[in-house]
Amino acid sequence: MTFEKFLFYFFAAMVIFAGLMLITRRNPVHSVLFLVLAFFNAAGLWMLMEAEFLAIALVLVYVGAVMVLFLFVVMMLDINVAELKPGCFIKYLPVGLLIALTMVVEMVMVVGPSHFGLALYAAPAPHAPGYSNTRELGEMLYTTYMYPFEIAAVILLVAIVAAIGLTLRRRPDSRYQNPSKQVRVKRDERLRIVKMPAEAKMEPK
Amino acid sequence: MDAISNFLASFPSEFPVLWILVRIVVIVLPLMLAVAYFTYAERKIIGYMQVRLGPNRVGPKGWLQPIADAVKLMFKEIVIPTGANKFLFVLAPMLALGPALAAWAVLPFDDGLVLTDIDAGLLYILALTSVAVYGVIIAGWTSNSKYAFLGAIRSAAQIVSYEIAMGFALVGVLVAAGSLNLSQIVHAQEGGILHWFWLPLLPLFVIYFVSGVAETNRAPFDVAEGESEIVAGFHVEYSGMTFAVFFLAEYANMILVSALTALMFLGGWLSPFQGTFMESWFDWVPGIVWFFLKILIFGFLFLWFRATFPRYRYDQIMRLGWKVFIPITIVWILVVAVAVVYKFPIWFD
Amino acid sequence: MNTLVNYVRSLFLLELFRGMGVTGRYLFRSKFTLEYPEERAPQSPRFRGLHAQRRYPNGEERCIACKLCEATCPALAITIEAAPREDGQRRTTRYDIDLFKCIFCGFCEESCPVDAIVESRIYEYHFENREDAVMTKNKLLALGDRYERQLAADRAAQAAYR
Repeated sequence: MTFEKFLFYFFAAMVIFAGLMLITRRNPVHSVLFLVLAFFNAAGLWMLMEAEFLAIALVLVYVGAVMVLFLFVVMMLDINVAELKPGCFIKYLPVGLLIALTMVVEMVMVVGPSHFGLALYAAPAPHAPGYSNTRELGEMLYTTYMYPFEIAAVILLVAIVAAIGLTLRRRPDSRYQNPSKQVRVKRDERLRIVKMPAEAKMEPK
Repeated sequence: MDAISNFLASFPSEFPVLWILVRIVVIVLPLMLAVAYFTYAERKIIGYMQVRLGPNRVGPKGWLQPIADAVKLMFKEIVIPTGANKFLFVLAPMLALGPALAAWAVLPFDDGLVLTDIDAGLLYILALTSVAVYGVIIAGWTSNSKYAFLGAIRSAAQIVSYEIAMGFALVGVLVAAGSLNLSQIVHAQEGGILHWFWLPLLPLFVIYFVSGVAETNRAPFDVAEGESEIVAGFHVEYSGMTFAVFFLAEYANMILVSALTALMFLGGWLSPFQGTFMESWFDWVPGIVWFFLKILIFGFLFLWFRATFPRYRYDQIMRLGWKVFIPITIVWILVVAVAVVYKFPIWFD
Repeated sequence: MNTLVNYVRSLFLLELFRGMGVTGRYLFRSKFTLEYPEERAPQSPRFRGLHAQRRYPNGEERCIACKLCEATCPALAITIEAAPREDGQRRTTRYDIDLFKCIFCGFCEESCPVDAIVESRIYEYHFENREDAVMTKNKLLALGDRYERQLAADRAAQAAYR
């Protein structure tokens, strides 16, 4: 067993461990944190395959942004942890196991050894030290896969616009401030300096 | 038996590992010292701007003040609040400090003087700064306290928003330099003070640094700590060494942002007199000195901002991030891309 | 046009630079800090510090137990008990000032018809026990004896205004 193989098995074991913890923890915040752990280890696996751009992008996008928002939402939820009894877990276990088993069988059939086995593909030659993963990826994306890439981008844009469109409605009865207007305010619009005579002097008695 | 010996032999021999460890210590120890004296500089400079003297009692002119503070914090009790998750509570400060230190692995101090010269350096930095928010969020959540939670929520929203502007500013640098490798970004700026990226990328330079201030939760974007509103924000419940680690993380992050700005917009270790008649006069100055001087400029700006500006209101922070910074960066990326394609003279030819 | 000017103004951060200019100038101002144990602020003869009781030059204590100070004290910090002395004169047997209650307003000094209770210039003192915070008659008199010269000089300087 080489050092690389050891790392592979370590990362793989950690991903599976984190995944198991993710579905068995009762506290959703812990689950999210285990998901973060799983992402980190998945990034480690990709790094082993010399896909450093993808590995770092995974950490950047999923761990750095998506999971933060997840955590944000989950922390705000008012979940009564005591209500989520272990009984529920046992109750739905058979169904879950069935689905999991089906998925495993399907995965093995689709990406299993008969299609992607080591015997079918020779190990890729290791790249020279000057090889830039990022440049390769960019060249592929903007030449061969130009159209799929653009289409994916447009779909994402539509999703963003739709999400904003769904949530953006002005309720007539809600009050809100307009920070841009507030920032633009100048002193003369808010403050008026009044000149007036001082109070009359008291006459000496 | 064979398998085990093979396994051991395939480990890198212990000398390279030891060598890397030594280099890490050589970077981290001075960094920690710099952080300690950065807090001293902060108290002194802000004191001077407020027409007072700042700490001047411990040691000559107060020079031992940070040491005294560190010793004090080390001997204080670590109080863990009831209902807090102990493991996460102690883990949070480490999660805050870790990325701030790990990012230094790819920073070039001089030509070739870098711990690991990886190609995706810029991306690595961006990923690490985005991970740093976990320390804050977890600290706020595990503290089991309202103020800490409010601070964590604010900080999470703020960091996620400003990271986009920061990322776009870095995209501008990436387009201009044509590389993600920090050493090559510096090399792309060769040729004197006018060739550095601060001039062609001026809006991105300002936005990157301001976003950096927001990312490190410093004044005027310090709503996550907001002493006058939510006591101390995410680290209210922390005491002793755990608090000290949060403190270290904040200042290490400030130094990191200063160093990154210096590398990407002020030409890192390059001499400002390159290409002028004065170049030969300053040939004896090692590049690392220029680099440290540039870091000092931005470090001072951090303190200057804190002494000058009142805290932003929260909705105005969000407005600034989303409705001002992001549009400006997108427009300027376009400008830079056009300039690069048409090989605009002096910078991109 | 006006909005355009505003946009340009905020885009170039003019106001922020002006603010930084102000703080930047103050960085080089000479500092106001008084380095306390070595340097001290000047004191007025009207300074109201720790209390003391004075005596006449012949050694007789001034206080005649009229209890005006006790009556006027807004913080109710003064407690007086009085009885005739052997020679028949009315004197205090107990004169306590609770320094935890005292607000150093100086009304006791103003109300005193014989200039007995006064406030001295002493402002650096501490207690190690709670009961030490009560200034008894003996302590007040001892302080008065010790600082009589200064106390008399201060009273004389202020005599014209009283």
